[in-house]
Amino acid sequence: MAKQETKLELSIRAAREKKDILLMTHIVLGYPSFDDSLRVVEDMVKAGVDLMELQIPFSEPMADGPVILKANAEALKAGATVDQSFEMAEKMAKEFDIPFLFMTYYNILFCQGVTSFVERCKSIGMQGCIVPDLPPAEGQDYLDAMHAAELAPIHIFTPNTPEQRMRFLSDNSSGFIYSVARKGVTGKDTAFSSELETYLAQCRNNTGLPLAVGFGVKSPEDINFLRGKADIAVVGSETIRVMEEKGVAAVKPFIETLVA
Amino acid sequence: MKNSGYYSQFGGAFIPEILVPTFDELESAYLEARDDEAFWQEYLELMSTYSCRATPITLLDNLTEQLGGANIYVKREDLNHTGAHKANNVMGQGLLTKRMKKTRVIAETGAGQHGVATATMAAKFGFDCTIYMGAHDVQRQRPNVFWMEQMGATVVAVKEGSQTLKDAINEAFRDWVTNMDDTHYVLGTACGPHPFPEMVSWFQSIIGTEAREQMLERTGKLPSRVYACVGGGSNAMGIFSGFMDDNDVELVGVEAGGRGRGSGQHAARLAYDDASVGVAQGYKTFFLQDHDGQMQDTHSVSAGLDYVGVSPILSHLHETKQVRFEAATDDAVVEAMQRTVRYEGLIPALESSHAFAQAYKEAPMMSSDDNILINMSGRADKDIFTVADAVHDPKWKDFIIEKADAYRREMNNG
Repeated sequence: MAKQETKLELSIRAAREKKDILLMTHIVLGYPSFDDSLRVVEDMVKAGVDLMELQIPFSEPMADGPVILKANAEALKAGATVDQSFEMAEKMAKEFDIPFLFMTYYNILFCQGVTSFVERCKSIGMQGCIVPDLPPAEGQDYLDAMHAAELAPIHIFTPNTPEQRMRFLSDNSSGFIYSVARKGVTGKDTAFSSELETYLAQCRNNTGLPLAVGFGVKSPEDINFLRGKADIAVVGSETIRVMEEKGVAAVKPFIETLVA
Repeated sequence: MKNSGYYSQFGGAFIPEILVPTFDELESAYLEARDDEAFWQEYLELMSTYSCRATPITLLDNLTEQLGGANIYVKREDLNHTGAHKANNVMGQGLLTKRMKKTRVIAETGAGQHGVATATMAAKFGFDCTIYMGAHDVQRQRPNVFWMEQMGATVVAVKEGSQTLKDAINEAFRDWVTNMDDTHYVLGTACGPHPFPEMVSWFQSIIGTEAREQMLERTGKLPSRVYACVGGGSNAMGIFSGFMDDNDVELVGVEAGGRGRGSGQHAARLAYDDASVGVAQGYKTFFLQDHDGQMQDTHSVSAGLDYVGVSPILSHLHETKQVRFEAATDDAVVEAMQRTVRYEGLIPALESSHAFAQAYKEAPMMSSDDNILINMSGRADKDIFTVADAVHDPKWKDFIIEKADAYRREMNNG
């Protein structure tokens, strides 16, 4: 199957012409409030973030670790809804000139209706989605709808993924591949080792798409390690942790140290 | 990954990519075991020597006379080792864990019965064991926590979400995505991603196979109705499976009605109209969720039925009308339990008492030619604190106060 290059892939390739590694960050919409989410995104964009994952909160975030788990729960406790998440994401996508993606769990799409969820993503200017509990075998409707809307369905490679499966996932993805640096959930430490290097080379060999690497990426040293081995470094839990420990205003200087 | 494990629109395997090879391995091991007659023989041998199989059926003659109508029989899963049907599934998965050469097991638990059963199996087979239990349930079910720890298991009190069964399942999955290489997740009910619903039902089918033979032998015919409580649905799947092809046997699943229809405080996914189809915890079924798909808080006097989802196989049987679903309220359940204790000397768990409550409601309207069968999925020793509160027993309260005072004196002197 000859796959079209999505807008997301093209913009990643264009950005990579100018930078040797891109930075993607992750926030949970509505945590601690929607106003704070907007402010954090504004600061992140100013600090030089290249693309962003916006997580629509879900009550059962099975693949997330303690930091993002708590952010999901707190956002919901404060009353965050899917409609509000869409409204906020639309505002962000209009205001800031970087690609935005949704990350959420499948039930959020399922309860909205998969096709209408995807069409709504398209209409507000989102460029792709990451749905960690939706393997391609269960997600044909989703893949078809994303393809029709020219949005990027992004799948995940893991250290347990056999090479044949990597190629299958890549065939079902556009935009980029999200490669998790280790087993486990988000927000725990990762050893940036030669073993990881071997695994990333294997990821690279099995997809023609740009490669993002996340899980445990949190320092300039980690990002340096990934330079030349990946196209995008993903910093997820750590920015949320910084915000919790030092307040919303601390996010911008933290990001600036990463992209320096 | 095969796109299998569907029961009409329900089921599937909505799992994080990291677990895909683990589920492939599990499915292969399960299918091989199913094809291997020696595996089932080994399982039967284990259950008859380590647990108490075949468990008997008991006629409740006093209550049959008192209620008038159908003759009430009970399948005695309370006589399993550890006091509940949970042992059937756990010992089966323990044998499978050995086949897969894994050395550690993890499990979620609500009422604590599945946790105790898993800890028992781990102690017997020499596995390391970690049990995830909602902090709220740890409070409710201290006696079970005590036994799990005595058996060498680590019990983790889960403080996320509603602090009940679904949160314990999420935490167990979080452990598994890190430790899948040496760890098997012993899921306790007929829910979760494929192959768990089918595999757990297979191990529990030992209940229904025995019960059908026993009823025929004892009464010369099949029962008119079979009652089972439904949390995740494993004991119901177990007993129903014996009668699935018998068109004249009506199967009745009884959910936790909590404070009743319309109260918003219950765990009735199929009997009431509050649930809708969704995907969470790796499978598609009816969930108690809001419009956005966020899971809602549930309530039941019994920790083991207090769950947002239900077996995808039971959702399917609900839609095809092969099983009728009812709900019993907390009050009716406590009453049914007290009645069973007082007049028959049996002590059904609060979970199982849901099935008794519905059976007692229907028996008087049936004929004395009818036999009905209740699955007594477990015994209530673990519920002693909850039941003592529900019946406001003053002597129990005095005992606890005295015991606490004695501990306090001991600590102060120590």
